[in-house]
Parts: sequence; C-alpha cells; structure tokens
Amino acid sequence: MSTRHILLGLLAKGPSHGYELKQRHDEHFPQARPLAYGQVYTTLQRLVRDGLAEVEGTDSDGGPERTLYRLTEKGSREVTAWAGQVTPPAPFVANEIFTKVVVTILTGGDPAAHLLAQRAAHMERMRELTALKTAPGADLTTVLSADYALNHLDADLRWMTTTQARLASLTALTMEVDRA
Amino acid sequence: MSNRPAPLVAARDLVKSYGRTPALRGACLEVGEGEIVAVTGASGSGKSTLLHCLAGIVRPDGGTVTYDGKRVDLLPEDRLSELRRTDFGVMFQFGQLIPELTAVDNVALPLMLAGTARGTAQERAEEWLERFGVREQKDLRPGELSGGQEQRVALARALVTGPRVVFADEPTGALDSLAGEQVMTALVGAARASGAAVLLITHDATVAAYADREVRLRDGAVVGAEVPA
Repeated sequence: MSTRHILLGLLAKGPSHGYELKQRHDEHFPQARPLAYGQVYTTLQRLVRDGLAEVEGTDSDGGPERTLYRLTEKGSREVTAWAGQVTPPAPFVANEIFTKVVVTILTGGDPAAHLLAQRAAHMERMRELTALKTAPGADLTTVLSADYALNHLDADLRWMTTTQARLASLTALTMEVDRA
Repeated sequence: MSNRPAPLVAARDLVKSYGRTPALRGACLEVGEGEIVAVTGASGSGKSTLLHCLAGIVRPDGGTVTYDGKRVDLLPEDRLSELRRTDFGVMFQFGQLIPELTAVDNVALPLMLAGTARGTAQERAEEWLERFGVREQKDLRPGELSGGQEQRVALARALVTGPRVVFADEPTGALDSLAGEQVMTALVGAARASGAAVLLITHDATVAAYADREVRLRDGAVVGAEVPA
C-alpha cells in the first residue's frame, strides 16, 4: 500500500488541492496514521511526473493560490487495477508484541507478566474503539475502520492467550523433566 | 480501586467443586452499581460457575456472595427465588426461552410470575420487543426465530422486570459477529439507560470490550489484581 494509491483514490472523487486531499484522507481513513502535508505535496508532484495526475489550474478562494490536481486516464486505470489486486496474505511475522515476547524469553524475563500487561493495554484500546463505533451517529467509515482495528487487536489477543497457555504447559513440562 | 463505591455484588474467596473437579479456587470479584464487568477466561476456567454462584443459582462450597450487603449464599431457597425474580435478570447462550410460548408470552412470563396481570404484562413485553427490534416476531415461537432474534427476545425477558443486575453468560456465543453486535449494543444500551449492573461472561475479547472493565479467570481464580477493598 502506498500514499500514491491512496491519493489517486481520493482524486477519483474529483479534482482537488493538497490541503483538501489531506482532509479527505483523514475523513475516509479515520483510524489510519495521519498523512503529513509534506508527503501529500511530494507525492502529488511524483504523480504528475508519472502522468497519473495533472494540474487542472489554480484557485485562491480568497486565500493564497492553490494548485488543483485531477486524475488522468492513466491514473484512473492504475488505481482501479491496484484496488482490484488480491493482497498477498502477510508472509512475515514482524509484529512488535511477538518480537518482545521472544526477546523476553531469550533474556530470561517473565513473558506471562508481559502478556498480561499487554492484554490490559489491548482491552483498553478495544473499549475505546467499541465506544467509538457504537456512539450514536457514528458514520460508516468510522464503523468500518473501528471494526478493522478491533478484529486485528482481537487476533493479537487470541495469539497472546494461546501463547500464555503454551508457556504454562511448557513450564510445567520443564519442571517435570527437572524433577525426573 | 479504593474510590470505587460499595459493590452491589461481591464474591469473596469462592470455592466450588463438581465432584472431585474444582471449578472455583478462591475467586474474588466485585461489581458496582450500574457497572458493566466482563469475565473472560479459557473454557473450564470457572467463568460460568462464578456467574451461577453470584446469581444464586448454585451455592458455593466456601467463600461468600453478597448482594446489596446481604449474604446471598446463606439465603433460604424461597428468598433466593424471590431475589432472582425481582432483582436479577439472567441470560444464557441459548435454551432459555420456553419453546411452547410465543416471544411475547416468554417476555411477559417473569412479570406474570411476579403478580402482574396478563394484559399489562403483555403490553410491557411488547414495548421491550419493540425496543430491541423484534416486535414483528412477537407471535412466533423460539424455534421460528433466528439466533439473533431469539437472543434479543431473551434479553427483553431478562430486562422486563427492571433488574438491578443482569447476569449474561455468553449471550452472543452462538451468534455471528453482526448479530452479536446487535445483542451487545441492545444489552449495554438498556443497562446504561436503566442503571442496571451487568456481569458478562464471554470468551470473546470483542464482546468484553463493551464492558467497563475485564476480569480474567484462570483455573478458578482471578488473574492479576482484583483486590478486595
């Protein structure tokens, strides 16, 4: 996924300038990491360079002059093709929680205590997201993005629960072996 | 935790075995007035037994259960039945509705058992069915309802008497995620509106996230710090 494709998707709603694209982004992807303005402008310049977007003109709307961008035919084909591609199921486990648990085991720490504390943090965030999506008048993008975040946090939690149970049985096994 | 108001429901050092199988080994839990608490844990961790003890359905072998300052575990059977009828609402994963009765009669039943006239009871029951979006199904029997509709009828039945505590044991356990969401939104919304406390048993973190806090059970005891005041 790239800022490039996100901006092409946002431009598909109609010509726009950088500031408005940043606003559209935050509206459509409410739980995503916010886009930096600088990133918006450099990406727009690259899209123009590659023929995926073009400058439509400028408007000032009483304030400073702003450049309006619009999608080209090529850009439109590019973003549609990208959105239609099946995403490869993530092949590499590169999650910080997983890594910290492994490092905790390597360094002789207490992974069970770590998992318990991490669970509390996850549950706290899940309560916030649940409150957000069930609030009266929550809009569709908020509900969808909260659902997405909740399901991923839930997947983390299920892995943590299984790991805790595995660690407990492994510890019990080690103690049996030590006694034997 | 010291700032929390006096608990409405409290379990202290609960012990319970079924034959030689221990289900609870010293579990402690407090639920404040109007508080929504989720109890989570693996299968066999003692979640349901804890709920049964707190709701006065099962007597613990040891420890104490108090409700509004009274010892529930010491109440004679008739007083216990009365308490369950007047102050508690109970909801399970399934099988709680009477199959021969229509949805509206199932919901009206607890009111009629408490002495409300049939007509009035049915009116109130219909209001609750309306509130949970199942009024159109009022004349259907449980077997004719979808899983989500059945749980919303069960929820109406648990709340129709205006309980101060709702005990919900895996209320969404048999439902898909959207039907489960409807049931949880209805349960939490109604509890918040009436000020009822909820003790929610679930193995599902997305369901537990509707509660104010989570209490985790392992091997019949609470994990981490659920320290009695």
